[in-house]
Amino acid sequence: MTENSKEVELKASAINSEHEYDGGLRVANLDAVVDPGLEPHRVRMTDKSVKHEKSAVRQVALLFTLSMLGSAFALWAYFNFPLSENLSSVRLNTMYLGIGMTLGLMGIGIGAVHWAKTLMPDNEVSEERHLTRGSDEKRAAAIEILNAANQESGFTRRKLIRRTLYGSLALFPLPGIILLADLGPNPGDSLRHTFWKKGTRLAKDPTGIEIKASDVTVGSVFQIIPAGLNPENKEYLEEKAKAAVLLVRVDPSELNETEERKGWSYQGIVAYSKICTHVGCPVALYEQHTHHLLCPCHQSTFDLVNGCKVVFGPATRALPQLPITVDSEGYLIAQSDFLEPVGPSFWDRSVKS
Amino acid sequence: MSITKNAPKKNSFLAGTANYVDERVGAAGILKEFGRKIFPDHWSFMLGEVAMYSFFVLLLSGTFLTFFYDPSMAMVKYDGVYAPLKDSLMSKAYETSLNITFEVRGGLLMRQVHHWSALLFVAAAGLHMLRVFFTGAFRKPRELNWVVGFVLFILGMAAGFTGYSLPDDLLSGNGLRIIDGMIKGVPFIGTNISSLLFGGEFPGHVVIGRLYALHIMLIPALILVFLAIHLFMLIIHKHTHYSGPGKSDTNIVGYPLMPVYVAKAGGFFFIVFGVIMVISTFFTINPIWNYGGYDPSPVSAGTQPDWYIGWLDGALRLAPTGIEFMLGDYTVSMNILIPLVLSLVFLGLVAVYPFIENWITGDKREHHALDRPRNAPTRTAIGAAGVTFYAVLWAGASTDLIATHFKMNLNQVLLTMQISLILLPIVAFYVTKRVCLSLQRKDKEIAIHGRESGRIVRLPHGEYIEVHEPLDPYDLYKLVDYKDYKPTLARPNAQGKITVGARIRASLSKFYFQDRISPATQTEIAEASHHAAALESQVQKAIESSK
Repeated sequence: MTENSKEVELKASAINSEHEYDGGLRVANLDAVVDPGLEPHRVRMTDKSVKHEKSAVRQVALLFTLSMLGSAFALWAYFNFPLSENLSSVRLNTMYLGIGMTLGLMGIGIGAVHWAKTLMPDNEVSEERHLTRGSDEKRAAAIEILNAANQESGFTRRKLIRRTLYGSLALFPLPGIILLADLGPNPGDSLRHTFWKKGTRLAKDPTGIEIKASDVTVGSVFQIIPAGLNPENKEYLEEKAKAAVLLVRVDPSELNETEERKGWSYQGIVAYSKICTHVGCPVALYEQHTHHLLCPCHQSTFDLVNGCKVVFGPATRALPQLPITVDSEGYLIAQSDFLEPVGPSFWDRSVKS
Repeated sequence: MSITKNAPKKNSFLAGTANYVDERVGAAGILKEFGRKIFPDHWSFMLGEVAMYSFFVLLLSGTFLTFFYDPSMAMVKYDGVYAPLKDSLMSKAYETSLNITFEVRGGLLMRQVHHWSALLFVAAAGLHMLRVFFTGAFRKPRELNWVVGFVLFILGMAAGFTGYSLPDDLLSGNGLRIIDGMIKGVPFIGTNISSLLFGGEFPGHVVIGRLYALHIMLIPALILVFLAIHLFMLIIHKHTHYSGPGKSDTNIVGYPLMPVYVAKAGGFFFIVFGVIMVISTFFTINPIWNYGGYDPSPVSAGTQPDWYIGWLDGALRLAPTGIEFMLGDYTVSMNILIPLVLSLVFLGLVAVYPFIENWITGDKREHHALDRPRNAPTRTAIGAAGVTFYAVLWAGASTDLIATHFKMNLNQVLLTMQISLILLPIVAFYVTKRVCLSLQRKDKEIAIHGRESGRIVRLPHGEYIEVHEPLDPYDLYKLVDYKDYKPTLARPNAQGKITVGARIRASLSKFYFQDRISPATQTEIAEASHHAAALESQVQKAIESSK
């Protein structure tokens, strides 16, 4: 009974729906040109001439033979073009192996396609399609099975079982997901600190040689890392990824420094984080006459003499400045760590922890 | 003994094997079902094949590479044959990648085969998607298979990116750095996700190993599963064919699987493999030895991602300056969120397009005969706009190279790109739609009036005409065999209300089908040919009288 009423309902909804016709907005063309049927088949030369057929057979066999020769050549090349200290051996090995293997593959490929195109029958065959949906009988049988399964299990009848099953299915993946939490630690305040501390000397990257103010002439640029940061450190790359600094000396009169940052430079020597505030590429290019720093990844451009403010590109924030001075021996040192997180922006970077 | 009568000949090895297999796996039934299945033939149907074969090549070459590669980020001192990097510190991953290149015979070749086939895989899959889109092959009953194909395309990009990072060279390390920066820009959870991915701070010691697990296990397994679903649906639906004489929605025209298609498709695998091999033999790709191992400080100018990531990188570059803002104490990185959301929306629209179009046309019939792109002008125009949008983003990833190569101002190149991103898709839409409609008009004219013969005749009263020749019925049918839709009005439903959905659908149907060229009808053609016949007799008469 219920099934019957459902069916009636289904029919009613179909009639009331906006799409009254199967074709939707399609225009039925009663005056359409009549399909003349498949174009007549064209007979190939290989179908009507034994000579052509034989030559096609020879061509296919030749291509397959070529493939054999190619593969054999590749085997020969493997042993006869070994690798050595001389790097040109890599080129020869790659080239001769590659040529042999190419022939080995192409011979088979072109041969097989040539075979199919010239010697296998080429009349197109037409076949009726049937609708993707099952026939009404099949559907009825399928519904019968579903109903039987439903009856036997009581899936719709036993609400309590069904709902608790949904609940358990919803919850069971959660422990699996939480297991992933140990993929990495909570970042904590790691993004807010770098290797720089009060008094850390500035050293050249990658040699680690400490640098004196007198080494930095006007217009010169140095890639800087904190002294004491070397590959033996366990977190070498992680620290370097935050602590990398560009050191530039400009004519002090060209520097426009804000009041609070007046003491952060030393006689025109300024140190800025090298890590772009966009997505973290190293801002590696310095244009001397404009004093612009350029990130090669997405072209964010920073104005060195104006606090490294963004003048172009997708970045928004200025590069963080490292306050520097010199120690008694004349070496450049950091006055402190960076006063803000370096590198790409993140949600709570300005929240004081 | 009737059994022995039907049994295969004792001496035939082939028959013996066939019998053995059939008695154990029922091969005869399978072969009977599929052996003579019809496959239509067209060059554009091979794009998907190219993608699939590239994937097989990827599996083969990738397996070879795993034998020699070690996804460890432990630092080692390089002691291999490549002199310029001698004694430098690098990760084990980079070292083993160098060793594959310089110390394994055929190693460089296989690395290049792997990389080139990856590029080809995504390219072929993308072109295949475009073919499916522009010919309307995504229509019922294939909407779901479009989605499966879309997932495959995304998986292909994911496989590409995870693999790109594995050599742990400077270039790919910077690529990861950009990913890290993008993740960190996501509100609330960005830094946590980044920490989970990298196992702590960037770059950490684990990310290469994790990407490796994804790259060689999870992603290829998913690709295989979705490929199987894709092909399974292909068998259920049977392949589409282009519309034309003898080809309709109710039949399938082509060649039988055995032997023609087996030979062609099987041969084609070797051709694809061969083409990848010859490219890999002669053209260097990703010369990691030039870049050095990853170090967060240096970077080379003019860096470019693999082509299929380019559009995402371009989206990052085209974000306008200064759109990051503070919400109280919190940083909202719109310069990352906008490109991210823009890309996701674009992909989302691609994924659901079949359902949108189906909702508008309301056509519930099965479609197996493909459209010529011109015969679905609005769809083709939308596709062209999408391609243009993608292309501008893609070109956007090379703003610096465009500026340096063509000696232009970088700022102006970027500004041009930003404007183009909005403007060009609109232009592409209108131009494409107009071109399609014009082509349809031309088709209709040729169908009705025939082909221009180039024969100019002067009639007795002085008029010059060009004689048109009628088309043969097959050529004619190619020009008129397409589906014609017309816009609808918003109609009230059973309750007598005009719903918002109905209004939207009506206006979208107007947008789609307002400009429509209906196919030439039998009557129009008959009238024209009648007219032509009259003209022809006039011409004949004129010729007679001039004699």
